[in-house]
Amino acid sequence: MPKDDGIGAATLRREDVRFLTGAGQYTDDIKQFGETAAVFARSTVANGVIKSIDTTAAAAMPGVLAIFTGEDFVEVGGNPAGWLINSRDGTPMHEPKRPVLAHGKVRHVGDAYAAVIAETAEQAKNAVEAIEADIEELPAVVNMKDALSSSNYVHDEISTNQCFDWGWIEDNREATDAAIKGAHHVTTLELVNNRLVPNAMEPRSSRASYDRSRDEYVLHTTSQNPHLTRLLISAFVLGIPENKLTVIAPDVGGGFGSKIYHYGEEALVLAASKRLNRPVSWTADRSEAFLTDAHGRDHVTKIELAMDEAGNFLAFRTETLANVGAYLSNFATATPTFLHGTLMAGNYTVPNVYVNVKAVFTNTAPVDAYRGAGRPEATYSLERVIDMAAREIGRDPIELRRQNFIKPDQYPFASAAGLEYDSGNYDALMDQMEKVADKAGFAERRKKSEAKGLLRGFGVNAYIEACGIAPSNLVGVLGSRVGLYDAATVRVNATGNLSVMVGAHSHGQGHETAFPQVVAEMLGIDAMSIDIVHGDTSKIPFGMGTYGSRSLAVCGSAVVRATEKIINKAKKIAGHMLEASDSDIELKDGVFSVAGTDKSVSFGEVALKAYIPHEFPLEDIEPGLEETAFYDPANFTYPSGAYCCEVELDPETGKVRVDRMTAVDDFGNIINPMIVTGQVHGGLGQGIGQALLENTTYDEDGQLLSASYMDYAMPRADDLPFYTVDHSQGTACTHNPLGVKGCGEAGAIGSPPTVVNAVIDAMQSGGKNVTHIDMPVTPHRVWSAMKNA
Amino acid sequence: MTKVTMTINGKTVVGDVEGNTLLASFLRDDLRLTGTHIGCDTSQCGACTVHVNGRAVKSCTMFASEAEGAEVSTVEGQAAADGTLNTIQQAFQDHHGLQCGFCTPGMVMTTAALLKENPKPTVEEVRTYLEGNICRCTGYHNIVKAIMAASGQDVSAIAAE
Repeated sequence: MPKDDGIGAATLRREDVRFLTGAGQYTDDIKQFGETAAVFARSTVANGVIKSIDTTAAAAMPGVLAIFTGEDFVEVGGNPAGWLINSRDGTPMHEPKRPVLAHGKVRHVGDAYAAVIAETAEQAKNAVEAIEADIEELPAVVNMKDALSSSNYVHDEISTNQCFDWGWIEDNREATDAAIKGAHHVTTLELVNNRLVPNAMEPRSSRASYDRSRDEYVLHTTSQNPHLTRLLISAFVLGIPENKLTVIAPDVGGGFGSKIYHYGEEALVLAASKRLNRPVSWTADRSEAFLTDAHGRDHVTKIELAMDEAGNFLAFRTETLANVGAYLSNFATATPTFLHGTLMAGNYTVPNVYVNVKAVFTNTAPVDAYRGAGRPEATYSLERVIDMAAREIGRDPIELRRQNFIKPDQYPFASAAGLEYDSGNYDALMDQMEKVADKAGFAERRKKSEAKGLLRGFGVNAYIEACGIAPSNLVGVLGSRVGLYDAATVRVNATGNLSVMVGAHSHGQGHETAFPQVVAEMLGIDAMSIDIVHGDTSKIPFGMGTYGSRSLAVCGSAVVRATEKIINKAKKIAGHMLEASDSDIELKDGVFSVAGTDKSVSFGEVALKAYIPHEFPLEDIEPGLEETAFYDPANFTYPSGAYCCEVELDPETGKVRVDRMTAVDDFGNIINPMIVTGQVHGGLGQGIGQALLENTTYDEDGQLLSASYMDYAMPRADDLPFYTVDHSQGTACTHNPLGVKGCGEAGAIGSPPTVVNAVIDAMQSGGKNVTHIDMPVTPHRVWSAMKNA
Repeated sequence: MTKVTMTINGKTVVGDVEGNTLLASFLRDDLRLTGTHIGCDTSQCGACTVHVNGRAVKSCTMFASEAEGAEVSTVEGQAAADGTLNTIQQAFQDHHGLQCGFCTPGMVMTTAALLKENPKPTVEEVRTYLEGNICRCTGYHNIVKAIMAASGQDVSAIAAE
């Protein structure tokens, strides 16, 4: 096995060559003969009744081919929520219909109520301007607390703005209340987890074509999970038979959650392509992306931590309002519940946890999973309140955490929030963090900062997440309407190279490089002879796609299982060729040999034999060498980490700069450390962005004030530091064949509380007793907090 | 329609454009040079960066007709004819300076402009120069590292992998 392309090698990414030379093929790069363009008419008000839509003038504009309104989709289904959440009283959540185009009412700024198809996008844009829509503006429901007491409903038919009122675990409620009541010390913190826009750099884009001769559709679209998108369109929205619809997600320019979901634009271009019998394309501009991509976070939380006299954690209790926006996006109900509440025991032996989440409809864009999805919210609440508690009782924040950590000999560990953690070593992570971050040198660095007139703060965080999403049986019990396995087909071609068709989708994660490393290691062949095929429902088996740090843990496990089947069959073929029993055949470095002899055949010879099966024992072995495996995980995986951050804060201006950021993560085994480190870097960038810069702001009328890169503070290169990333302390996952845990979301989960804890430490060091500040920690907020302290 | 003539990646190109056709659209839609990407509407993200007469320009802020007679180079013209990556492209691959690849063409073109102006930039100068190029995937660590490496400077002190 060449050492440079197997498991554990920092193999350079093969996909980079096409991206670096401009040869990548993103959805908007694909042009089809006779293509037409769709442009959407979008609401400029947050809440309004559609009185009438007059398209007469627009229809007469040059180049206009068709105009659609909500009326055209009344007979088809809505875009569904993927998880059914029941309220504490047992009643199911409210699920108002999410139509392809708004009908009757518009419910957020950007809600599409009509679409024009024209020969060119410019003609369509001009025609949209000519649509005369009489929309009677109503007061907007924006603030979550107000929404719960208001009789102004986002959806009139459900007569409430509360989607559900969820308790986790309801049976633990009384014990948790009692533990808090009887505790020696209770720390209470109210905080906001700020609303973010995922901002993949490639805007969403969809292009559909229709083949009249076969009644078949092809949809190219910016998706993280083409099979899921096809299923939603077929089974719920348009009713196109699955076998008549191919969904292709080609190169996709980032997702971060926002491209998991099916959006109405996809259905619209499909319907239009059939009506016109021509290809129809649509690409969002950045303003549309801000207005209509599913946003992230947006929780308002009160958390309490109860401790005994010795500082042992007795209970965490939280009450959270979670914004779901105007319509339920596909994972919107899972994110604040099972991806959040189940993590509220953190890395700790705390015996009592109770979580209450009220999900609230507002006249804002839908909110759904964004990098980390629920787990950043859980970690932020826990790790902020622990720091606050340490300060209140005069304990070192690291020592208080260590005292309450689950210890390595306690696995498998049943957490008080209902999960069974399989492996980890949080003390080892913390030890390593203190070492690589040079905690010992902090005092000296603080002196240097102070000599410049700056305050320096040190903040830490310990996190755990549940990813490798997820065991179908478990999520089924929790309300999921889909299974969360994944699938892979390994096809050995007659000439000895391989095509591996996977359900996971790569939109920056480097699957085309990392997955072949696994197969190459198992077969002992050159990784460059293995190609990954992904993103095309007509080529790949039914897998659930990429999100929740699941690609390697779930789909990678399917690749392993399928490759094992290939090896088993190849050994049979080799046994036949070598006139030996397949149980005597050994595979090493791409060569099959009879144990204890010098008789051997190469992998290539076996592959050729499989497809030219002359003198084949057909009663024992079928021709061909192609195997599929579906892998459904036995448990979530539980990556964990210890992070620290040092900030410099200018007390004159309130400006905060992250000077040092260290992430020590346990991702289990590592396939490609270069890619893993890059994933952590990206998560850290987004997490620091959340902590210091990014905020999505609606005014009281529901107008989005942060709808462009002029107004939404995306982290730029000069906002961020170099990072120190370490994954030397991995403990293998115990239940998947690769021992991997997943690394995609960790950075975004671990960094926001680390940064904010450091900012508070800096302010405290300046003699200001500021104990809390909300994200984003802008200069104005810091300056005000210090002035008022 | 106006006739425009320009040199793109060393080849003379003639096209018919409307007065308001952006250079980015001319490259993408008329010439099918789709390596130049459009990521925003406010000339903030830099994914559409190309060179016009040797200067880095955001091609979404320039009309195609304004490039009449100009020498334009795009990401498609950076590698050698046999496909060998240039120094900057190779450094981005070597140091994992890209993930989804969408901002990458703009990063490559901006880096080329930077290193022409300032062959041995400091880390701070690199970060400042990238102010007009947004990447959402990498947290910039490996992009900055790749640019330092492309300038021939030692990057061994920048955290590895």
